[in-house]
Amino acid sequence: MNEWLASIRKGNLGALPAVAGLIVLCVVFSVMRPVFFTAGNFANLFTQAAQVSLIAMGLVFVLLLGEIDLSAGFTSGVCAAVLAVTMDQQGFPWYVSMGLAIVTGSVIGLVLGFLVAKAGIPSFVVTLAAFLAFQGVVLLVVKAGNIVPIRDPIIIAVATKNLTPLLGWVFFGIAVVGYAAVQVRSTISRRKQGVTADSWNTVLLRVGAVAVLLGIMVAVLNQERSRNALIVSLKGVPIVVPVIAFFLVLGTFLLGRTAYGRHLYAVGGNSEASRRAGINVDWIRMSAFVICSTMAAVGGIVAASRNASVDPNTGGSNVLLYAVGAAVIGGTSLFGGKGRVLDAVLGGLVVAVIDNGMGLMGYTAGVKYVVTGTVLLLAASVDALSRKRASVST
Amino acid sequence: MSWKDPLMQAPFLELRGINKSFGAVQVLRDVAMSVRAGEVTALVGDNGAGKSTLVKCVGGIHPMDSGEMFINGSEVHVHSPREAAQLGIEIVYQDLALCDNLDIVQNMFLGRERTSGWVLNEPEMEQLARKTLDSLAVRTVSTVRQPVSSLSGGQRQTVAIAKAVLWNSKLVILDEPTAALGVAQTAQVLELVRALADNGLAVVLISHNMNDVFAVSDRIAALYLGQMVAQVKTTDVTHAQVVELITSGKSEGQQA
Ligand SMILES: Nc1ncnc2c1ncn2[C@@H]1O[C@H](COP(=O)(O)OP(=O)(O)O)[C@@H](O)[C@H]1O
Ligand SMILES: [Mg+2]
Repeated sequence: MNEWLASIRKGNLGALPAVAGLIVLCVVFSVMRPVFFTAGNFANLFTQAAQVSLIAMGLVFVLLLGEIDLSAGFTSGVCAAVLAVTMDQQGFPWYVSMGLAIVTGSVIGLVLGFLVAKAGIPSFVVTLAAFLAFQGVVLLVVKAGNIVPIRDPIIIAVATKNLTPLLGWVFFGIAVVGYAAVQVRSTISRRKQGVTADSWNTVLLRVGAVAVLLGIMVAVLNQERSRNALIVSLKGVPIVVPVIAFFLVLGTFLLGRTAYGRHLYAVGGNSEASRRAGINVDWIRMSAFVICSTMAAVGGIVAASRNASVDPNTGGSNVLLYAVGAAVIGGTSLFGGKGRVLDAVLGGLVVAVIDNGMGLMGYTAGVKYVVTGTVLLLAASVDALSRKRASVST
Repeated sequence: MSWKDPLMQAPFLELRGINKSFGAVQVLRDVAMSVRAGEVTALVGDNGAGKSTLVKCVGGIHPMDSGEMFINGSEVHVHSPREAAQLGIEIVYQDLALCDNLDIVQNMFLGRERTSGWVLNEPEMEQLARKTLDSLAVRTVSTVRQPVSSLSGGQRQTVAIAKAVLWNSKLVILDEPTAALGVAQTAQVLELVRALADNGLAVVLISHNMNDVFAVSDRIAALYLGQMVAQVKTTDVTHAQVVELITSGKSEGQQA
């Protein structure tokens, strides 16, 4: 606890601003518009945050290197278009189209990463060019003015259907037991080796907090949300939640527990030192772009599912800025070397809460954009200031 | 101060005819040098003489244009930092090359992390890092989980040195390790350097400070404008002669 406070004083704020922001925003909106604080709206928040959070998760990898991918939004659009067009016009089964969409994302990432790492073009320029080009590609694939419908029930289900309440609790159980197992195992092995380990109270507190938080979430989402439950019942955890959870766990493992993740942080912190340590810096750079664009593809699939269609603006307008904003609001640094996949989820929720709450209050899109932009600027300032503070304290 | 009879022992590292140019600028000209185990060899020379460049060639950072390199008498070719490390060569760079956003353990094991399966073996790395720092009698860092950004200059230098000796290294090269340090910290680092050689490692110390050089080195190698102008025993020369070698490339009383 004391260590935590000390590290906060040194400018290492972690998830604090995002969590505090989330609580404040939720309280304010709940007071102003009671409908905000209902199970139905709670479920909406997750599906609204899904696309942005998924893209932001991938962006974290690129931001960790101090690079940027401005094309991630339209990459998700291109991949969504690949999904929709191959199903609608070629009649491919959903899994083939989904595979094609994801491979398209990976290939895009490979090309972007190659241009940045091997050709040495600044990522800002490469991805700005790609931003424009992919916007054109979506237009060409979808054909201007067209909307490609998605009819496959499985793809539609991803962002619009829910788990049965029982299945929700099963997932809850797996998550809590899994988290507890990882925590206990690591603590035991650290104790055995005689190195610094958390006290059992801390471990218990952490596991307990996660269990309570997830438990409340599942309980609320399992409530009946339908206006007329006799005609159609609407309850359960939205399917996107375990999808996001899957990528959250995978990304967190990759960054925190593998040598690859360690090297990613190292290259973001000091690429020359990493090179001298024998790390293949170019390869790390390329891989980050591949992960980013692949996650953009996943985000695109979720967006297509939510709208049950793809149009030339899928992945356009504010999607990319919301995703960058989500990562930064969550606590990922734009200067590289600092960030977590969890940041993308927390920040994505903040962005979704602002969007949703202000919508309920009847504000226009114009006001929403101004407010979201201000929040992003605020988060970037916190980032810059905490960085300054950390370098002053050396 | 003790050094073994050079005739009894082949040099651990021997360089012959090293040339290196950056574009039109020739930085190293036909450089030869030998470094023995159990000794501190001081590499001296004016700013821009090519000391750091020579070290980076040995460490696989810069490819050399031509020249030969021998370890224990057999020729080797080093193309990357990893290959240098495999030969037991570790370098503490002038700019330290630490990642500020990582902690001490993470820096010491960077690029050579211990894993069990896919997963990083943090407890093992932490324990080994702790042990190495203890063996160097480092009491200045309180926890090895401190981020490097929170360390003082002397502490960072110590971490960089500990990183180099963690690996069963046979040759440790330190590029101006005391340049940015205060008096007490300098003494501590020099003590460390001497201890490494006394433990049987070959050590190369690059320094501008004559007091440091005479305090710990067994031999002195002088670079002048990219050429090796002298390799002498420290006991055979005076301060003034070494300064002359550095500034003019030759010395009256020198027995080449
Ligand atoms: N990467 C490089 N590219 C071009 N010139 C370089 C590079 N590194 C060093 N030099 C030049 O090589 C010369 C020797 O530099 P250096 O080896 O750093 O000298 P020292 O370490 O002895 O002070 C200097 O003139 C320097 O400008
Ligand atoms: Mg130098």
